[in-house]
Amino acid sequence: MNISDILWLIPSLPLLGFLILAFFGKRIPRNLIPIIGTGVIGISALITIFVGLSFLGNSTPGAVIEQHLWTWFSIGNFHPEITLHLDALSLVFIFVITFVGTLIHMFSSEYMKEDEGYSRFFAYMNLFVFSMLILVLSNDLLLLYLGWEGVGLCSFLLIGFYYGDKKNAESNAYAARKSFLVTRIGDTSMILGFFLLVKTFNTLNISEILKAAPDVWTSDSTTAILAAALLLGGALGKSAQLPLQTWLPDAMAGPSPVSALIHAATMVTAGVYLLTRTYVLFELAPSVQLIVAIIGGLTLFLASCSALVQRDIKRVLAYSTISQIGYMFLAIGVGAWSAAVFHFMIHAFFKALLFLGAGAIILALHHEQDMFKMGGLRKKLPVIFWTFLFGSAALASIPLVTAGFYSKDAILWYSFASVKGGVWLWVLGSVSALLTSIYTFRMVFLTFYGEQKTEISHYPGMAIKIPLVILGVLSLIAGFIELPHNFGHFSLFGDFMNTMLPAAVLQDPVGISEGVLQVVAGLLALLGLYMAWQMYGKENATRRVSDMPFSAGMTRFLANGWDFDKLYNIVFVRPLVWLAKIDEKDFVDGIYRRIGWFNLEMNETFSRSQNGKMRYYLMGIGLGAFIILTLILAL
Amino acid sequence: MILITLLAILMGSGVLAWAVAPFSKQGAKWIALLALLIDLVLVSSIWINSGGDITMGSESNWIRSVKFNWIPDFGMTFHLAMDGISLVMTALTFFLGVISIIVSWNTIEKDLGFFLFNILWLLAGITGVFLAMDMMLFYFFWEIMLVPMYFVMVIWGHEKSRYAGWKFFLFTQISGLMMLLSILGLYLYHGSQTGTYSFNYADLLTALPGGALSFWLMCGFLIAFLVKLPTLPFHSWLPDAYAESPSAGSIIIAGLMSKTAAYGLLRFVVPLFPDAARDFATPAMLIGAAAILYGAKLSFAQRNLKRLIAFSSFSHMGFILVGVFSFSAFGYQGVLMQMVAHGLSIAALFIISEFIFERIGTFDLEEMGGFWKKMSNMGGFTLVFVMASLGLPGLANFVAEFLILAGAWQYDAVLATLATLGLIVSVTYSLRILQKIFHQSSQTKVDELVDLNPREWLVLGSLTVAILWLGFFPQSVVKVAQPAFDRLGKNIESLNNGKIGMAEPYDGLLKGNKVEKETKEGGISW
Repeated sequence: MNISDILWLIPSLPLLGFLILAFFGKRIPRNLIPIIGTGVIGISALITIFVGLSFLGNSTPGAVIEQHLWTWFSIGNFHPEITLHLDALSLVFIFVITFVGTLIHMFSSEYMKEDEGYSRFFAYMNLFVFSMLILVLSNDLLLLYLGWEGVGLCSFLLIGFYYGDKKNAESNAYAARKSFLVTRIGDTSMILGFFLLVKTFNTLNISEILKAAPDVWTSDSTTAILAAALLLGGALGKSAQLPLQTWLPDAMAGPSPVSALIHAATMVTAGVYLLTRTYVLFELAPSVQLIVAIIGGLTLFLASCSALVQRDIKRVLAYSTISQIGYMFLAIGVGAWSAAVFHFMIHAFFKALLFLGAGAIILALHHEQDMFKMGGLRKKLPVIFWTFLFGSAALASIPLVTAGFYSKDAILWYSFASVKGGVWLWVLGSVSALLTSIYTFRMVFLTFYGEQKTEISHYPGMAIKIPLVILGVLSLIAGFIELPHNFGHFSLFGDFMNTMLPAAVLQDPVGISEGVLQVVAGLLALLGLYMAWQMYGKENATRRVSDMPFSAGMTRFLANGWDFDKLYNIVFVRPLVWLAKIDEKDFVDGIYRRIGWFNLEMNETFSRSQNGKMRYYLMGIGLGAFIILTLILAL
Repeated sequence: MILITLLAILMGSGVLAWAVAPFSKQGAKWIALLALLIDLVLVSSIWINSGGDITMGSESNWIRSVKFNWIPDFGMTFHLAMDGISLVMTALTFFLGVISIIVSWNTIEKDLGFFLFNILWLLAGITGVFLAMDMMLFYFFWEIMLVPMYFVMVIWGHEKSRYAGWKFFLFTQISGLMMLLSILGLYLYHGSQTGTYSFNYADLLTALPGGALSFWLMCGFLIAFLVKLPTLPFHSWLPDAYAESPSAGSIIIAGLMSKTAAYGLLRFVVPLFPDAARDFATPAMLIGAAAILYGAKLSFAQRNLKRLIAFSSFSHMGFILVGVFSFSAFGYQGVLMQMVAHGLSIAALFIISEFIFERIGTFDLEEMGGFWKKMSNMGGFTLVFVMASLGLPGLANFVAEFLILAGAWQYDAVLATLATLGLIVSVTYSLRILQKIFHQSSQTKVDELVDLNPREWLVLGSLTVAILWLGFFPQSVVKVAQPAFDRLGKNIESLNNGKIGMAEPYDGLLKGNKVEKETKEGGISW
């Protein structure tokens, strides 16, 4: 069997699952729903592993497998294809999507069991997986955009999933449309970028564009900058980076598995994927690449500050996600493409784990999300505790034993040592690493230590425990496939990625050795753990919302994500809504209405003169004659 | 001959249905439905027989054509002809015609026979507009559309339909007269130049006025089309007419009648006045972009569901203007696709709004909410068409908007960017439709609602299939229309006599853009 012939099955199975559940969801027995929903993704994952193994087994470096399905349309020489395209980068992504996706679906089968919209949930989730797979398996930007908007749609639907919630119906709907609108701003920038590419290359085929671009554009020419910047806009929206990050914390209105799959592991990293996929365009626009690094650095810092002072466990994770994707952007900005992809994969494991863990906790505690009403769950929920601890350790990148250490360390190293890096980017990354460690363990200690404050209403079953354990193990060991250079040369992942992506160019010589920076990074993570223990963990810890030296106002400011929402409300939302309100009736129509009114008035006035009295008519004739005569004489 | 058959079936069955209705209401309805189905089958057979591979001889550029003398003394001919563009549009006409009859199956009580007569003659007028290749005949059909539409609106419409009907009639009638003046002007100019006085489209193309005359004559056509489209600042009749019509009326007026204007721009304004149209391109695209944004803003502010949808239609028609005046292969194909896609999606949205009205007796969005619980099927369909309205890929509207905007970018990047902002604002009103009705907290007694019945399912289902099919396989339309657009492009090119500007982007696309190495000093190349 040829792999290029079965590639289409990988996205089609989730689509099939969606169709079955959408059309027959109400009729099929309830216990069959999760079997279909999870099953299709599971089979997809198995095919992916099979395809992946044969891809790794017999491929020459930089190999590509394509399956052409049909031509979308064809006008002149412009003919976007519906073609599935598998290379090293897509392989990593489809592996994470199907594999982590399967685990999350499995988790959901228990998590969503009591919910009215059980089949609706799995239908949307399957549609999401389909769209996401199309996004990463496409070699044409137009087809990529299909997946790109498809995942946006599913994200919208799943954020607003609890539409009938008594208390939160309005705010859920608001969060859903906010996410759609904010990401659409980015998408629109991206599609403008497409128009520019169509105009320049007369194609949206990614390989062709990447091949032709260096011949057409010189480094940092205006058009190259514009093209890269417009594409970047799309990535910023989807990946919730400055200044379009505001939708992600609100997106937590959706069910926890949604946050795990869409808003942690896969969709929000689509921006990272897009930039990596079109890396040539960014290498041709170094100034835009620098902006990517700066945006990444600032975002990760701002978001980790906000994560420090959240009360809601899911919002901590949301800000943490924004911040971790910031690391990926930072890596891209300094040209460490494969480090970005590596961190994407590791992050998918541990962040999905943390969201699922948080979901399991929330389910156990009558849907309580406030960490300050949790506590003491360590003994009661041991599986959740240990796996959550592993995930947290990876997020905080506790040195040597966690996967997060290896992926984040690489980024910090390149942000310092790459020719495109610099000491300030490294400082931003390192300070945030410290903050990350603090907020992560703050979360762990608040949730699992201290006294128990809420009764446990649901103990996790197997469908919840198995995904947690698998992801927990991966969060610890997955990093060993890519060791730092000074640990001996063992870099499976990097070698694999570098078959298609350029390696980062280091400064020569680098001022400080890799080992020193590793020790610093490791110490910062441990320092964060210690500080969190002092403030939130030990017996007589204060456990206040913020034990940092922040005033109440500052805490509120940070908790609201640096008040970006307030700013956007004042600058954009309110003026536009005001404009819509005052002109609801349409002033243009008003003009025509006045013309109509004027005619009616004239009609009334002149009809009044037709009163049937001879003396008025005579007077009219006389007056008229007088005026005309005067005019004639005057001339 | 088949073209005459298409029209004759509609007009004849219209009379027949009127005559039969007093005896059998069911019979009258079936006559109307069958007539439209037969026409649909006939057109589909032309489509299939031409196999998508439409080769047109050097003599005739038409797939089908029929020509008689009508009033030879005045140079009027009865000339009907069909190329790829008309083929697609007539197919859409009959498809939406079938839909509109099925939608009104149980809702029209009063004067059923006269209603069916009006609908069928209205559709005949629209079909005629898409086929007529003689300017007088075109004008004749253009006016035929008007009267039945007025009756449909006023007799079977909602509360304020008399007001809406008058407004509609005044706007379209006055603008139609402007077009008549232009037609006569063109006729006289052509006669004085060539000695043969003719209203025939093909004849008129042989000697075209230039300069100021061309501009003023174009204005007559433009006003008629821009009013009918409608676009800024002539859209004032639209919300009333669209919202007050009964469902069949809304489907036809929004889904088809506005497309006759788009068709007119492509068929007449661009080929007959190429230079004047080119000079007018920038203002036209600016008006288009402004209409997109202003329409979206108005739509967002509405509380009445039908008015909201009406304004969204106004917004989407801005894309037509942008596409037509981009003078690019992308733009033209995009315009045709937009005509079809928007016809389908706006019809579906109006149908949904009427289905809801039939259930709760109001269009007020504030009295809706949480309907998904009881009407998840209707919600699912609404989701599809709301997404079509905001241009989600996979649906036909995306292909249309992408092509139009990509074409516009070739002409002018800044104007294209302005129009593209429409993709953002369309989100605001589109999601409002979905969320206000089906999500959020419920206002009325949700529990009493019933989901779609089989008839309603059939209507929305077939529209969904159509819009999805065109979203994934737009080539089926693109291929049929391409020869017609090639001819249009060539016409413009030859008339331009090698002048660059208009023909250049089109040409560039066909031959493949030559990519030139750009230097750092060179700046932006467009």
